[in-house]
Order: sequence, then structure tokens, then C-alpha cells
Amino acid sequence: MRPLLSVQGVAKRYGAHIGCADVSFDLYPGEVMGIVGESGSGKSTLLNCMAGHLAPDAGQVVFDTRAEGPKDTVTMSEPERRMLSRTDWAFVHQHARDGLRMGVSAGGNVGERLMAVGARHYGEIRGKATDWLERVEIDAARIDDRPTTFSGGMQQRLQIARNLVTGPRLVFMDEPTGGLDVSVQARLLDLLRGLVRDMGLSAIIVTHDLAVVRLLADRLMVMKSGRVVEAGLTDQVLDDPQHAYSQLLVSSVLQV
Amino acid sequence: MTDQAYNFAYLDEQTKRMIRRAILKGLAIPGYQVPFASREMPMPYGWGTGGVQVSAAVLTPDDTLKVIDQGADDTTNAVSIRTFFERTAGVKTTTRTTDASVIQTRHRIPEEPLTDNQILVYQVPIPEPLRFLEPRESETRKMHSLEEYGLMHVKLYEDISRHGHIATSYAYPVKIEGRYVMDPSPIPKFDNPKLGDMAAIQLFGAGREQRIYALPPYTQVVSLDFEDHPFEASKADHPCGLCDATDSYLDEVIIDDTGGRMFVCSDTDYCAARQAAGFKGKDAA
Ligand SMILES: Nc1ncnc2c1ncn2[C@@H]1O[C@H](COP(=O)(O)OP(=O)(O)OP(=O)(O)O)[C@@H](O)[C@H]1O
Ligand SMILES: [Mg+2]
Ligand SMILES: [Zn+2]
Repeated sequence: MRPLLSVQGVAKRYGAHIGCADVSFDLYPGEVMGIVGESGSGKSTLLNCMAGHLAPDAGQVVFDTRAEGPKDTVTMSEPERRMLSRTDWAFVHQHARDGLRMGVSAGGNVGERLMAVGARHYGEIRGKATDWLERVEIDAARIDDRPTTFSGGMQQRLQIARNLVTGPRLVFMDEPTGGLDVSVQARLLDLLRGLVRDMGLSAIIVTHDLAVVRLLADRLMVMKSGRVVEAGLTDQVLDDPQHAYSQLLVSSVLQV
Repeated sequence: MTDQAYNFAYLDEQTKRMIRRAILKGLAIPGYQVPFASREMPMPYGWGTGGVQVSAAVLTPDDTLKVIDQGADDTTNAVSIRTFFERTAGVKTTTRTTDASVIQTRHRIPEEPLTDNQILVYQVPIPEPLRFLEPRESETRKMHSLEEYGLMHVKLYEDISRHGHIATSYAYPVKIEGRYVMDPSPIPKFDNPKLGDMAAIQLFGAGREQRIYALPPYTQVVSLDFEDHPFEASKADHPCGLCDATDSYLDEVIIDDTGGRMFVCSDTDYCAARQAAGFKGKDAA
């Protein structure tokens, strides 16, 4: 099987400071990769390099495109990369307001990606938006309400619906449960797990929270000071960490 | 200061050349917003300084100028711009659409079809059709260059979801030659079909926002819509009370203290010409 995403030697500096360095891994279709590490370890930098929001200083991010097979998204043209982000890729931000249009109704938020790729039938767009609101457990009666009237958990679920409506193959998530109450987190995680399984999604999920990766991720990368210090199957890394830093990370969580 | 102290049409030749270059670029790339260095004009921005600068750049001593504001030649705004060019350019002015070679307009297209001997200059308050949903200029510029126009339909979607139909009735967005999405300035959508395939040159000037854009003659202009909510060029469903026209855009005016109303052509020249030709509406004296 061919990897859906193949990351080779990705590095990003902020001046003399290392954001991330020398990161390589393959993600296979249907796989969920977790990225954990303390604050400032380079998780978001790496995610943004992979998702095309940041230009890496070195390395390749090869995505298996539908039309032309594996292509380096770092060197492809900007229009092509932006098209990928509207179709085959999705990006779920930690703060829903970074990923939603707060002045647009829930239905308009979900419909935007459909319209961006040429949907021109109002009834069909609305039908799909209704369907997706229900899939993320938002009452369809709220379709014409703005996200400003939604709770934090609902906003996050709306952001997920808005991203998944075009049937992407790869979802990038940066702390999708961060800042939510514990009970709200649990419900969101449940929902995400169901969607990943039902849609056969591949995903890369950045988090502080080891419970999140335990539940969602097949594999895990542990980052420290911009580098991957340990990688492996999630259960293996969490239950039997090899690197001293991973051991610290796991034990500090267990103590909480 | 005497009027001779001004250069022809107020602006210096250097400035006019700069504006003409922007106009030519706009004509070469229909619907594309060309930045230009807008000058201070002796009138406030809301008075159409963008249109005035474009008119100043295209006027020649042989031209005949007409100025309309919402279809009327006699509003304060229209009169003062007309007077401005009478004084600074000494050009002939007229209220007759057919006699004018340059027409500066705010918020209307004349009813009388324009010809290839005419230039229509629009005053534009906000040139960027994507602005209301995407305030970042860097982002809207990128959206235009990459033809990412999904957001325009989000606006129309919001309209339908809120009102049951596309309620946008002014500044209705259009796509030019299958490429750029353009704000036609706040003309009623009734006027949208006249934008396309027009024989006259159409120039759009936004003073405060420092943008010029243009439509060369016979350009394809399509009003955006949905398959199941097609564009409609609507108007009040009445004949004109003065000239009985059924094909012109109407204003509703209050005519007495008891709340009496009537519908009359917003294009005053069109209405007057029809009345002079003997057409008579039900409210005509
Ligand atoms: N725009 C920037 N300019 C300069 N340095 C930056 C910038 N963004 C991140 N950094 C630095 O790069 C390193 C990695 O930051 P990054 O945001 O990727 O970490 P993170 O693992 O996502 O942290 P957190 O868990 O707090 O979100 C940090 O040292 C950070 O200070
Ligand atoms: Mg981060
Ligand atoms: Zn009339």
C-alpha cells in the first residue's frame, strides 16, 4: 500500500530558533497519527508545515493526490495547494472562531466548501448542510443561527462538519478538544472517533492530552525541542515508553 | 482664484495620464480592480470623487456631459458635479441621454440604450464585492487572482436562508467574461442586464478606496445566482404614473400630506421625453 502522506526531513526555523527539525514519517490511508509533546515542542509548527499554512525551510510533504498520485505539496503551485485544502484536506483549529465564519449562519458555514468547489443548487447545499449538522449532533433547527449563539462544544462540532462536508481524505487537527470542559471533550472525542471510523479518514492530531491520543490515534510521535524523540504504536509508546522524555511525559500524566 | 487657474477639467496632465493608464489597464482586464493614486478633489468623498476623477481624465473639450444621481439630473449632487465641469473644463452639458458623450452616474444606468459614441462613468463607494465577508485586503486579492469565488455564493445563500429569496437588490454581484467577480456599484439589480453587451464603454471609479475598473463594449456580464433561485431583474410592478412606461425602473414618491403615493420613472430624462412625445400616466396633470 502507498502512503497517503509521506513527510521527509521537514524543518522550520524562526530566525535562529528551531520550530521543528528533521521530521520524517509515513501516514497510510485510514491511519490516525497523534503528535504529543510539551508546550513549545513544535507540534503546531509541524502541523502547519504539513497543511501548507507554513512553508518549511527544508523537506518534502508528499501527498497522494487523486488526479496525479504522489506530489510534493511544498513545491506545488499555490492554487493547487489551496484547492487541496478545500477538497481533500481538512483543518480543525483549536479555537473554533479561527475555523468558522462567525458572521455567517451554521448552514452557510457548512455550505461554503461545497460552493467553493462549484455547488450551485441551493436546495442541495441546504440538504447536505442539514445532514451534516445532524451527523455532528447539532439540531437541524439551528441551521440558520450564527455560531456566536452556539456553545463552545457546538462551535467545535460545527467546525468539524464544515470541514468534512466535502469528504476530505486527510484531516489535520490542532488541539481539537483544548479549552473545552471535560464532559464536552468526551462527547467530541466520541464523535470524532465515530466519524474517523465511518468515513475511513486519515488524520493527524496534535494534542497535549494523552487521553485523546489513547482514544483516537493508531500511532504516536513524541516531540521535544522541535524533534521527534520517539514514535510507535500508541499503546506501545504509552505503556512502555523507551525515551526518557516520553517516560516523563507519560508518568506526569499518570500523576494528574 | 479665477477659473483659468485650473488645468482643463481641474486635474493636472500628469495625474490625468496616470488615471488614463489605470483605465486602459482596466479595459484590458475587464472587471479587475486597478489601484490608482486618488487625488484630493474639491468635494467630499461621498460625492463621487472617484467618478469625478475618471470623468476628468476622459473628457475632451468637444464632449457633452450629463450627470445623474439615482437617475435624476437635478439633485444637488448631480448639479454640483455638472457645474464643476462647466467651470473647470468649459464643456457643454445636457440632461438628454442621447445628446451626451460622457455620462457620470450615481446608482443608475439610463433607460435609453447607450451607443458606441458614449462613455458611462460610475461613482463607486465600495469596489470590493468580497469585502463584507472577508475584510482582509490581502485575502480578497488572493481570492480574485485564484478565482476563489465560493464566498460570493455564501452571501447569496445567506440571503435565501434569511428571506426565502435572494434579497440583495442593489450592488448585485456579477461575473465578467467568466473571470472576475465585480461589484457593479449600488445600481438596482433591475439595471444588471444592461451591463452586459453594452455598446458604450463603462468605467468605474472609487475615490476613497483608490480603485478603477472597467467594462469594454460588448462585454459578457452574468449576475450570480443558484440553479433553483435564478437571478431576476425586478422592479415595482406598476406603470409610471407620469409617462405610463412599463419598462423603466420606478421610484415610489409621496405626493401629498395624506400619504398619497405614486410610482414614477427614476430616469427623469426618459420620463420627460416620453411625456413630451404624448405618453400620459394616470397621475399626470
Ligand atoms: N511565529 C513564530 N515566531 C517565532 N517563534 C515561533 C513562532 N511560532 C512558534 N515559535 C516557536 O517555535 C517553537 C515551537 O512552537 P509551536 O507553536 O510549534 O509549539 P507547540 O508544540 O504547538 O506548542 P503548544 O503546545 O503551546 O501549542 C516554540 O519555541 C515557539 O516559541
Ligand atoms: Mg500548538
Ligand atoms: Zn415615466
